[in-house]
Amino acid sequence: MREVAIIGIGMTEFGELWQKSFRELVAEAGVKAILDAGIEGENIDAMYIGGMSTGRFIGQEHVGSLALEVAGLEDLHIPATRVEAACASGGVAMHQGYIAVASGMYDIVVVGGAEKMTDVVGGEATNILASAADREWESFFGATFPGLYALMARYHMHHHGTTQEQLAMVAVKNHHNGSLNPKAQFRREISIEDVLNSPIVAEPLHLLDCSPITDGAAAAILAPVDIARKYTDKIIKIKASVQACDTLSFHSRSRFDSLPAAVHAAKKAYEMAGVKPSDIDVAEVHDCFTIAEIIAIEDLGFVEKGKGGKATEDGLTALDGQIPVNTSGGLKAKGHPVGATGVAQINEIVMQLRGEADKRQVKGATIGLTHNVGGSGGTAVIHILEAI
Amino acid sequence: MGVARYWREIPARYNLIGKKCQVCGKVYFPPRTICPKCRRKSIGRMQDYKLSGKGTVESYTIIYTPPPEFEGKAPYAIALIKMEEGCYLTGQIVDCELDEIHIGMKVEACFRRIQEDGKRGAIYYGYKFRKAES
Repeated sequence: MREVAIIGIGMTEFGELWQKSFRELVAEAGVKAILDAGIEGENIDAMYIGGMSTGRFIGQEHVGSLALEVAGLEDLHIPATRVEAACASGGVAMHQGYIAVASGMYDIVVVGGAEKMTDVVGGEATNILASAADREWESFFGATFPGLYALMARYHMHHHGTTQEQLAMVAVKNHHNGSLNPKAQFRREISIEDVLNSPIVAEPLHLLDCSPITDGAAAAILAPVDIARKYTDKIIKIKASVQACDTLSFHSRSRFDSLPAAVHAAKKAYEMAGVKPSDIDVAEVHDCFTIAEIIAIEDLGFVEKGKGGKATEDGLTALDGQIPVNTSGGLKAKGHPVGATGVAQINEIVMQLRGEADKRQVKGATIGLTHNVGGSGGTAVIHILEAI
Repeated sequence: MGVARYWREIPARYNLIGKKCQVCGKVYFPPRTICPKCRRKSIGRMQDYKLSGKGTVESYTIIYTPPPEFEGKAPYAIALIKMEEGCYLTGQIVDCELDEIHIGMKVEACFRRIQEDGKRGAIYYGYKFRKAES
């Protein structure tokens, strides 16, 4: 296996981007990453693009071919593949790109992720997102996607004493970080009271416990480390790329206060990278709901199981804490264009490790981690990156 | 959506017919083709098994923002229920005040209307849960 580096990143602004189409978002993120890497179209060997439900959000499948067309690369006939794993589509696209380069099959690979979620109206987006859960045995009976995370939240609160305020503190922290990120959907601070007074979506989760509906795209360029030096001296090495899966339905899992696939992927990723949780300087985790971040920091071994709420309250994961988590604002404040999220997390960690994160820069960050989850935990992808 | 998609699931949704692995004796609901514990040994040895319908609430939520098919039904309760046979499933809790629902509450299955395919489409039935009598 060859060592793999990230030599370029790019992403669009995240938000309700009514003026931009799916293809414009893909082109913008891809072009930024290609310019950042300093590569030419002729250098590209393959493309992988994560998208959760382009078929239902914009009525368009086959977006691998579409990505190739918007990049103007059709004369090169580059293989372009769409990758789907619900909200982990971007992370799985990264993993596929990593495998392709590490194996020696391809040298330069473009990984992208995109979702255009605001072209559908009313409850349609909620319904599409519910397809990340089990349609026959969860959604059919009236369970919503926030509803499944609400079951996790109530279970965690009951067994570990996690409080509603501690959940809210995740949103408050991530909105603070988002206020420092010019690409975030929400660039404003909120208070614990704002969260607790926002409408209830699925008890105990309020509206401000939930990540929003977002348009956006992100991209990254991968290359073998030895070739990477030809293009850039800002080399970020992928020390670990691990994907793990579990049952589609939440009720069939072995635990309800944890995502077993994430625990499994994290363990393998730490082994692959030869690092411990305490070596991580900065992490982007999948906070689709506030409870998800609390469970994530436990599953990743940053804190013991059950201590995630207290750790958040104590500021462990704040920008100036011991392990800053979701410096970008996370899914909560940066926004969550589902297919793009896994690649956007990579963008943030690369910026942190290059020292380009401006007001939200974690000083001296050299090792970073991303944690991307599909559905209620049916897929988990962990990447560990290091500046070399 | 074609009616056949719902018709296929009638045994499980109307009568809680799951599967029992004849190798290890573990009961699965929703029904599974392969026992994840016995895997290869369980092929062809998963038998229909009717659940008693009795279970315990392990977690629950009150849905205030429903999907389009449940428009007008909110607020309603969704629970993670551990069945007497050891398997877990997701279902609504009905016939009680929402604030009566708690973790550890004993429940039993009942046959109810779940949703309908628009004003003129088929009506889909299945299980919901209510407070157990004993």
